[in-house]
Amino acid sequence: MTLLRLSDLTVTRGQCPVVDHVTLDIKADECVGLIGPNGSGKTTLMRAALGLLPHTGTSSLSQMSPRARAAQAAWLPQSREIAWPVTVESVVALGRLPHMPRGTRLRPEDQAAVDAALDRMGLTAFRHRLATELSGGEQARVLIARTLAQDTPLLMADEPIAGLDPAAQLSTLQVFADLAREGRAVLTSLHDLSLAARYCTRLILLHRGRLHADGPPATVLTPDTLAEVFHLRARVHMTDDGPLFQPLGVLS
Amino acid sequence: MKLALILSGLLLALFTASLCLGSVAITPVAALSALLGWGDPLHIMILQEIRLPRALLAAMVGGSLGLSGAAMQGYLRNPLAEPGLIGVSGAAALGAVIALQTGIATLFTLALPLSALLFALAAVGLILLLAGPRGGSMTLILAGIAISALAGALTALVLNLSPNPYAASEIIFWMMGSVADRSMEHVTLALPVMLLGWALLATLGRGLDALTLGEDAAGSLGISMSSLRLRLLIGTAAAVGAATAVAGAVGFVGLIVPHLLRRVTQGRPSALLWASTLGGASMVLAADITVRLVLPTRDLKLGVVMALIGAPLFLHLIYRTRKELP
Repeated sequence: MTLLRLSDLTVTRGQCPVVDHVTLDIKADECVGLIGPNGSGKTTLMRAALGLLPHTGTSSLSQMSPRARAAQAAWLPQSREIAWPVTVESVVALGRLPHMPRGTRLRPEDQAAVDAALDRMGLTAFRHRLATELSGGEQARVLIARTLAQDTPLLMADEPIAGLDPAAQLSTLQVFADLAREGRAVLTSLHDLSLAARYCTRLILLHRGRLHADGPPATVLTPDTLAEVFHLRARVHMTDDGPLFQPLGVLS
Repeated sequence: MKLALILSGLLLALFTASLCLGSVAITPVAALSALLGWGDPLHIMILQEIRLPRALLAAMVGGSLGLSGAAMQGYLRNPLAEPGLIGVSGAAALGAVIALQTGIATLFTLALPLSALLFALAAVGLILLLAGPRGGSMTLILAGIAISALAGALTALVLNLSPNPYAASEIIFWMMGSVADRSMEHVTLALPVMLLGWALLATLGRGLDALTLGEDAAGSLGISMSSLRLRLLIGTAAAVGAATAVAGAVGFVGLIVPHLLRRVTQGRPSALLWASTLGGASMVLAADITVRLVLPTRDLKLGVVMALIGAPLFLHLIYRTRKELP
């Protein structure tokens, strides 16, 4: 089942195309890593796909009404903003907003989704703490839990593991991989190619706004591509624990 | 729920006190029965035509300022925002000052508030034009500052050109803000406009809650940001424009009240909306009672007392919360 369909998606800033005629489908059961160097258009691609930026071409999500879109896709922006001193539980409960009829409080099924999201991100002990008093990495986990509570077929995240400790990085990506295994889809931008190679079923490589490569990690992370796009000399070892990616040096 | 009861109780007590206190000593029982049309005709006249509109206007103005302050802070995600930020109160004041200066104000009772409302409406039109349909909160703030500055400059110009010191002092006293010597006509002019504003602002709760996570996250939670902003602007313009039109510039309410009540509403912007409405109404009623008790013979202005209460309170709040501010 296709959960996101982009065709010829283009975003221009002035004359310059930041995302250039990108066409792709995201299907259920996929955990898709969106990779590319800084400024390659990863964030812009996802924001335009969600209809948060003006664009040409079509995105199946941006054509929906805001309400329908919120039931289809959850979005974790890169900037981690929690404006007011609210508890962890109420931040996570904000993910239930699209499901709740106007003017109602949390229903039992909403509370269950909030509890499940807190549990998945290992935040149950934090639920009554003020989110603004947590550390940056903990806040990031709270915000990921909020997108999980939204309980959508598609989850889109912009550098979700930046600033997390190694264990939290692995467990977050494990949660994403599990979501894909449960029949949902995840599209997440990542800078750590090692983790991308290990946890994603498919990688999409953006280079100067264009779709440079798309496929299983082993076919995308080739020495030639890495040299051309990332200016990296690197090696991919196939091991029993999955592909291991090791950057060895920078090409000038 | 408990908070709602406490705030409503406080508001009711202050409203009753406002009816029972004044330059003519009337016992509370006599005052309340006079309100219903029983007893001394003089008391009935004082209660129904002087004290009732005064108390009603104080509560309405305070509620409008508290509600729009909470909405504005929630939208901008900034505890320092206040409803005057978008230039509506400055523009309304300019409209009133022009009405006073040109003598239109003396033509009929409501000429002054009508002129103020008209200017508030023009200001919100201008801000929509400047900030554009898709602009973020920053363009809104900048447009608001520009409009406030322009309205302030034009108000100064009118004062500068005023023909005599009496006209100037009348303008200055009006600008200090007051709900004294108003009639039921002021109530019936302001109330429908304010009700429209309150109705629009009351729809913002869900969107403001979602905005806790920023504009992008709110957009992806099913909130239409352009509709939210339009309702905020028109709602604030109606509520604050009408408040300024009948009471002049009363500052600090929209800034202080949401700040005071943020903790007890667990930081939820939607809960802060109604809490600040009740809290704002109580605060202005209390300030208006203070005006009558402290210097009854000197016609102390509400706006002055409000600023005298508000500024130190604000300093205290900053002192207390400075650890949380970045």
